[in-house]
Amino acid sequence: MGRFHYVFPKWSNLFLPTVIVIGMTAPLYVAFMVAWGFSPKTTDVGYMPTQPVPFSHKLHAGELHIDCKYCHNTVEYAAAAAVPPTSTCMNCHTQIHPESELLAPLFDSYTTGMPMEWVRIHDTPDYAYFNHSAHVTRGVGCNECHGQIQTMEVVYQSETLSMGWCLSCHRDPAPHVRDPKLVTQLEWGWDMNAAERLAEGQKWVDHNNLQPSQDCTTCHR
Amino acid sequence: MSALNVDNTVDDPRQRSPLVLGHTDFASVTNEICAVNEAPKPPKLWYVTLVISACLASTLLVLVGYLVVTGVGVWGNNNPVMWGFPIVNFVFWVGIGHAGTLISAILFLFRQKWRTSINRFAEAMTIFAVICAGLFPGIHIGRVWLAYWLFPIPNQMEMWPQFRSPLLWDVFAVSTYFTVSLLFWYVGMIPDLATLRDRSNNRIKAIAYGFFSLGWRGSMRHWHRYERAYLLLAALATPLVLSVHSVVSFDFAVSQLPGWHTTIFPPYFVAGAIFSGFAMVLTLAIPARQIWGLKNFITMRHLENMNKVILLTGSMVGYAYGTEFFIAWYSGELYEKFAFINRAFGQYAWAYWIMVSCNVLSPQVFWFKRARTSIWLMFIVSIFVNIGMWFERFVIVVTSLAQDFLPSSWGYYEPTWVDTMTFVGSFGLFMTLFLLFIRFLPVLAIAEIKAVMPEADPHAHHEHDPDHDHEEGHA
Repeated sequence: MGRFHYVFPKWSNLFLPTVIVIGMTAPLYVAFMVAWGFSPKTTDVGYMPTQPVPFSHKLHAGELHIDCKYCHNTVEYAAAAAVPPTSTCMNCHTQIHPESELLAPLFDSYTTGMPMEWVRIHDTPDYAYFNHSAHVTRGVGCNECHGQIQTMEVVYQSETLSMGWCLSCHRDPAPHVRDPKLVTQLEWGWDMNAAERLAEGQKWVDHNNLQPSQDCTTCHR
Repeated sequence: MSALNVDNTVDDPRQRSPLVLGHTDFASVTNEICAVNEAPKPPKLWYVTLVISACLASTLLVLVGYLVVTGVGVWGNNNPVMWGFPIVNFVFWVGIGHAGTLISAILFLFRQKWRTSINRFAEAMTIFAVICAGLFPGIHIGRVWLAYWLFPIPNQMEMWPQFRSPLLWDVFAVSTYFTVSLLFWYVGMIPDLATLRDRSNNRIKAIAYGFFSLGWRGSMRHWHRYERAYLLLAALATPLVLSVHSVVSFDFAVSQLPGWHTTIFPPYFVAGAIFSGFAMVLTLAIPARQIWGLKNFITMRHLENMNKVILLTGSMVGYAYGTEFFIAWYSGELYEKFAFINRAFGQYAWAYWIMVSCNVLSPQVFWFKRARTSIWLMFIVSIFVNIGMWFERFVIVVTSLAQDFLPSSWGYYEPTWVDTMTFVGSFGLFMTLFLLFIRFLPVLAIAEIKAVMPEADPHAHHEHDPDHDHEEGHA
């Protein structure tokens, strides 16, 4: 026998209660972490930066019914949906509110030739290659990703734009597609119930033989 | 006193050969085994090997850091041989990790009493080999910081590992194996840790051993539960011996590459794993029993038994090599035939013939008892087997990838110095852990060894029981 004898000290009896307490608080911790992960603060949902000019989509797209493609004219052909140049605005604004102070930055831009510095709202990471034309020509309506843009006085991000969110549609596109001719009809489908909407979506999935890819390299090239 | 210095390799059907020599009482067994840990200073050779091993382990650490900072381009892996050294080393180390559980679980369930002297050793070796094995796929993925993607953890990307891929099955198989082996090793060690605790002569040791022996008092109830737990763990670990390397072989067999896509792979890999594992146990046990004077416990009979296992599994591996060739010919499949002819006579023929001579030819000397009981010869053969089994994995991984269906995409794989030194460094890690184990943990299962001594038998002194007259037998 050695000179030292080891017996677990009395306080080691605290071990079991400690484990129990930790075990009981673990669900709280998990719930907190999950809630944090889903919170808009983490996902950027609701991001609404101030633009140089208080451009109202509610007025232009909602009340005036200007087609999305009038301004975002590359959306059917290119990866990026173009933010319109100042000259597009001036097609109308040489006649409408030509003296407005709110539009002063626009007129400055028009006279100096320096582009407007619009702030990008829907920003995917650089390693994710999103292509607008691929989605628009297959019948994904603008509002599937951008929300009810025709009701927004100031545009904000309405979806998480997370990879899981992308994949949810790639795995089950039917609830999100429609006749490709109607993608910019922002109020389309409002008069349908869920079953009718799904049947319509399924019709276009079948019609266009949609099989969205889930390979890594589809978006990460 | 008869069991002191007999030749216990003799098989006499009238009596069982003793498995412990030189001891007739339990106290001296405890004293002798604990002396390995309790000697004020370990042998000089321990320091020398530890310094060398620690240097190599540090090399490994530095090279892994270099890899992480620079990228996998520092390795020779490139199209078409994407797997190269990291996967060769992974399979090599996992294979070595098989003997531990075979010895501790399967031989335990089969009541092979000779396992008691080598199981602790072999289990420790298993744990350290699996640590080395786990390292390689971990660093092979390229972006080490994303290694947790190997596990199916819910995430906002809604991205899952490919459940149809054997590479994912591997993650589960190897991590399960590591967990169960570690538990098995630790549970088996508790009574011996308590022995070291009670004998410790300084406070730090007393606290450390005391903590890890979980308050073991050696009461009847403790022993009862301990034996139950050990038996259950043995039963749990047994299927793992077969499953882990089967799953590792699926990494290859489930693909469609000629030379990989064969149904023989799971049994062939398991046999090879046990083969390499036993060889590594021998490589470590022979010097260890010499240096720390454990010859009374790891006796010639133990070594001879291991040599028999090596002969058996080595021949099984040789048979598998032959079968592969037969099936390649019998299939009439052009690519399959090419793959095997190319293995033996192509650009990697040198590796193939190193493999065959080390794995198939060298263990054949063990048909002869003189070879089985010659320390030097078995040491050399065990080293050969280690070399051969590494080359087996090299041949499988590299030859099939380097030259497959399209000649236009053929290539020749060469490791870089980083590859080589990472592999050598993994030996440093392995040996460092092993040397620390020898110094600080009970190297042999003290409690179990006592149970296989004749003195543990309640009928040991019945004069007319021919099965239990060990002491009289050698008088």
